[in-house]
Amino acid sequence: MKTIPAYMRPNGDIGIRNHLLIIPTVICSNQVCNRIMQSVPDTVAIPHQHGCSQIGADKDRTFDVLAGTGKNPNVGGVIIISLGCEVVDPKRLADEIRKTGKPVEWFDIQSVGGSVKAIGHGIEIAKRMKAELDKLTKTDVPLSKLKIGVKCGGSDATSGLASNPALGEAADRLVAEGGGIVIGETTEIIGAEHVLAERCASETTKEKLFHIVDRFEKEVDRMGADMRGGNPSPGNIAGGLTTIEEKSLGCISKCGTAPIEGVIEYAERIPEHGLYFMDSPGNDIECVSGMAAGGAHIVCFTTGLGTPTGAAVVPVIKITGNPSTFRHMEDNMDVDVSDILSGSFSLSEAGARIWQEIMEVAGGKLTKAEILGHQEFSINRIGPSL
Amino acid sequence: MVSNIHAGADALTIHNQDQVATVLRDLSEGDTAWIRHGETMISIKLLENVAFGHKIAITNISEGSVVRKYGEIIGRATKEIEAGMHVHVHNVEGIRGRGDKTAQEEQR
Repeated sequence: MKTIPAYMRPNGDIGIRNHLLIIPTVICSNQVCNRIMQSVPDTVAIPHQHGCSQIGADKDRTFDVLAGTGKNPNVGGVIIISLGCEVVDPKRLADEIRKTGKPVEWFDIQSVGGSVKAIGHGIEIAKRMKAELDKLTKTDVPLSKLKIGVKCGGSDATSGLASNPALGEAADRLVAEGGGIVIGETTEIIGAEHVLAERCASETTKEKLFHIVDRFEKEVDRMGADMRGGNPSPGNIAGGLTTIEEKSLGCISKCGTAPIEGVIEYAERIPEHGLYFMDSPGNDIECVSGMAAGGAHIVCFTTGLGTPTGAAVVPVIKITGNPSTFRHMEDNMDVDVSDILSGSFSLSEAGARIWQEIMEVAGGKLTKAEILGHQEFSINRIGPSL
Repeated sequence: MVSNIHAGADALTIHNQDQVATVLRDLSEGDTAWIRHGETMISIKLLENVAFGHKIAITNISEGSVVRKYGEIIGRATKEIEAGMHVHVHNVEGIRGRGDKTAQEEQR
C-alpha cells in the first residue's frame, strides 16, 4: 500500500498541513482576525465580505463555506471571532466544526469589549492553541485518502493543448490509486457538458450535470448579455480562445478520463474515492475556496496567462503549458509542461512531472503560492445583500 | 482528446473533423504553415498574421456554419472564412451563453 506522511485527525481524516485557522463570522470581525494572524506566526485568517444581511440559501452557503474551511483536514484547530449581532451564528459554526473532533474556540467582539481587547484575547487563545498543534507529528497514511481539486484559470490556448491534458494524466493516476478528484467550474463546461455526460456513472448524475449547466445558462439569459467578455475573459480572448465552447472543451481534460461518480453542491464534502463534479462558478478564488471547504487537500491549478493565486488552507500547485509564462512569472509557477508543445515531451511524461510535484507538496514541500503568502479566500453568493 | 504532439509542426488540429488549427509560434502573412492534422502533415499559406495560441482555418468555412475544434462545435462563423485566415472573435461567435440574443428575442 502506498503511503504519504500526514497528520491524523480525530475523525480519521488526514491533513497534509497543520493550520491554526482564524474565522471571522462576518466582515465586521475581519480586522480583529487579521491583527491576531499578524501577531501569532503561522496562523491563517480568512477575511471575507459576508456573514450578515443574508437570508435563505445564500446565508446557508456562507455558513457552509466557513464551516467547511474549518473542517478541512489541513486545519488542526480553529478560532471563530464573531461581532455578536450577525446572521452567521458563531456557536452553531463552532459546533459544526467540532464534529471533526478538532479544537475550536469562539468569542464575540461586543462581549469582550471592542477591538483592542478582542485582539489581545484572540492572541492569548491563538498562542495556546498553536503550542498544542505544534506537538502533533505526521504518520504514514494511505495515499488513497488524498483528495485533489483540479482547476484552471487565466487560460490560453496552451491550457487545452498541454497543461489540462497533462493534469488529466495525474488525475487518472490518483483515481487509480484510490484517491479522490474534484472538478468544478459549471460555467466552463458550457458547450462541453455532453462530453462529460457520457462519462457519468449513473443516469441521475448525468441529469444533474445537465441540470446545473442549464440553471447557470438561464442566469446568463436573465442578465441579457453575451457571456463572452466575462467568460472567456479579455485575457482568454487575447490568448486565442474565441468562445466559451472552445474554452470549455479545453477545460474538461484536466479531470482525466475516470467515470464521474456524482455531482456535489458547492462546498459539499467531497466523497473519498473517484471523480466528482462540484457545482461551482468559474471564478478562480470562489471555486478553489469551495473545493477547500469540501475537504480537498491540494488544488492543482493550470494557467496559460499566469496567476499568482493560492488558497487559505490548501496548497495550490500552479502548472503552465505556456513556455513564456513559466519564464516570465516563475515566482508564481510550480510546474512547466510546455515541452509538450515543442513535441520533446509526451503527455505521460508531463503527467508524471505533475504527479511528482503532488507527492512532494503532499509531503510538505511548499508551493510558490504558500512561500509568497498567498491565502486567497472568497465565498460564492447566490442572493442579494439585504 | 489531445494526444502527443509531434515535433516540427507550426500548428496542429486536435481531431480529424477540425476546421481550425492552433498555431504553435507567431506566424506571418505569406508564411507556409505545416500543420499536423491527424496522422498527416498539411501545408496552408497564411493570409494574415496569426499569433501563438490563435487559430487558422485549414479549410473554407461559409458564413453561418458551425466551426469545429476538438471535433466539437466551438461556435458559428459570422463571415465567410477562407483557408489560411485568422479565426477568432471577429469572424466566429459563441452559440451558448448568449443572454444578449435571448434579450433581443424577448424585445421582438
